[in-house]
Amino acid sequence: MKFLNQAIAVTLLNLRNLPQRAGGSVVAVVGVAAVVLVFAAVLSMATGFERTMLLAGSDDTAIVLRSGSTAELNSGLSNDQALIIANAPGILRDGDSPVASFELYVVVDVAKRSTGDQANVPLRGVQAFAIDLRHNVKISEGRMFEEGKNELVVGRAAQSEFAGLDIGNEIRFGQTSWTVVGTFEADGSVSESELWTDLRVLQAMYNRGSSVQSVRVRLLTPESIKELSDALADDPRVDVDVLSEKDYYAGQAGPLSQFIKIVGYPLTILMAIGAVFGALNSMYASVSVRGKEIATLRALGFGPFSVLISTIVESTLLSLIGGIIGGALAFAVFNGFRVSTLNGASFSQVVFDFAVTPDLLAQGLLAALIIGLVGGLFPAIHAARLPVAQALREL
Amino acid sequence: MAETLATLQGVSRVYQKGKERVDVLHELDLEINTGDFLALMGPSGSGKTTLLNLLGGLDKPTAGTVNVGGAILSSMSNSQLSNWRATHVGFIFQFYNLLPVLTARKNVELPLLLTNMSAKERSRRAEIALDIVGLADRASHRPRELSGGQEQRVAIARAIVSDPQLLLCDEPTGDLDRATADEILKLLQTLNAEHGKTIIMVTHDAQAADYARRTLHMDKGKLEARTTA
Repeated sequence: MKFLNQAIAVTLLNLRNLPQRAGGSVVAVVGVAAVVLVFAAVLSMATGFERTMLLAGSDDTAIVLRSGSTAELNSGLSNDQALIIANAPGILRDGDSPVASFELYVVVDVAKRSTGDQANVPLRGVQAFAIDLRHNVKISEGRMFEEGKNELVVGRAAQSEFAGLDIGNEIRFGQTSWTVVGTFEADGSVSESELWTDLRVLQAMYNRGSSVQSVRVRLLTPESIKELSDALADDPRVDVDVLSEKDYYAGQAGPLSQFIKIVGYPLTILMAIGAVFGALNSMYASVSVRGKEIATLRALGFGPFSVLISTIVESTLLSLIGGIIGGALAFAVFNGFRVSTLNGASFSQVVFDFAVTPDLLAQGLLAALIIGLVGGLFPAIHAARLPVAQALREL
Repeated sequence: MAETLATLQGVSRVYQKGKERVDVLHELDLEINTGDFLALMGPSGSGKTTLLNLLGGLDKPTAGTVNVGGAILSSMSNSQLSNWRATHVGFIFQFYNLLPVLTARKNVELPLLLTNMSAKERSRRAEIALDIVGLADRASHRPRELSGGQEQRVAIARAIVSDPQLLLCDEPTGDLDRATADEILKLLQTLNAEHGKTIIMVTHDAQAADYARRTLHMDKGKLEARTTA
């Protein structure tokens, strides 16, 4: 208890002295703030992208693709196969009809609002149950397209990111002109990056006959996916993969978010090493400036342990302040920052918001804490071992 | 007959500066009685401050024994020495060594933080110590708001607040003008005569040494035969 009281007393004294050492302290704080800022900014890309993809996925919805397909774009099913799939066991029915949507997925060129450059945007042909199958999708403005017409409803994110998608606009894809009649929201999920139209119209416009690329179905329960999967595996007329929507989008998100993390973590570690040296430099300077105070306190009877603790606490506190500033800056500047990028798996643009999540901020603060502890440890040992008589003589 | 407070037997202190060996104290023997007021004089580098540091448990001898009040300082660990210093010795430095962010009262309270005393009791004792040195009305002032002489009085209050038997003063008037120095020296005399403190004072100033009961002269790490009473 006596040790603890000493440590608290010396630490408080030390912290009261901080304004006198503002220069060095600010350097340490800024160094750590930069690390946490870059860490949170880079990884908020991965987090935002993952969140956008995963928000679209549900456990009670399954997506059925041709066997071996890695995405809807390289899948293909005939109308007959799609009907067999929709009538398989494990699928919820609405009266006589299975809750299912046959879907076709093509990529069209649309100019970005920001640069005017053409970008690949997904145009999805869907059936009536498409909205019911997606828990978070709702028409937020205008109306749903009418069957058999060249009408589009556009995702909110796509509308904000790409030009010519406002309600009432006419837009040409190839030889065909389309009218935007509505906007839908999907809680910021990947669906919001898409344009939707009637399946049959899209099949006709793109000469796809009656083929589709995926069948999306509502399961009786999330566990029913096994029943559906087993039934389709036993049916020789179809050769398909059955995935829960959640797993499908997790797979789609994986490569890009992994890439960002592979870049982000080493970058953070490299910067953190730099910040540790900054903290070391600052804390050695602090110990040097506090030499007279440390020697005096030691002469009065304060133990080396209290000096050690006070130095580590100072370093850790400065780092945490840096971490909080870096995290706050990252949140203020990057959270919700909207960008679009090419998703390699679907070969089309995904619009997503950077997400500086509490988890990321906690990781950033943990990094700051480690930088503070490592940066403070050696100067603290140096301070605790300061020979008192020699230190007093040199003052 | 006066009781012996401190005994040094065969004390040597050698420093190693790179490859060079520096003999600061050489087989020194000394006895200091309780209630003594001893001035240590000598040229720079003669070992005065080193001797003071050994008596205060701030340094350890290379050889020999340092016994203060029955505690064998020469065989204590650094941690034991810290604890011993907290209760048995008060230091007064040439440049006062007050902490600039603390008021005079809080500076004086510092050694009491090492005890289990309540905050109220610490404050009360600090007030008493400041009263003894004549600075009760400056308790709330910070060091930069005090004159040099007042700062040294605060440092003396800090040295006596935990009521140690031994006060060690390293050039306590070295940074003060003559008149202020005389006031500080008179205060030390009062602490010695009326409060029974044993004082050992390192000084270059012969006039300062005149305030002591006796003066020892050092040169090249040894005590000289001449002693001024």
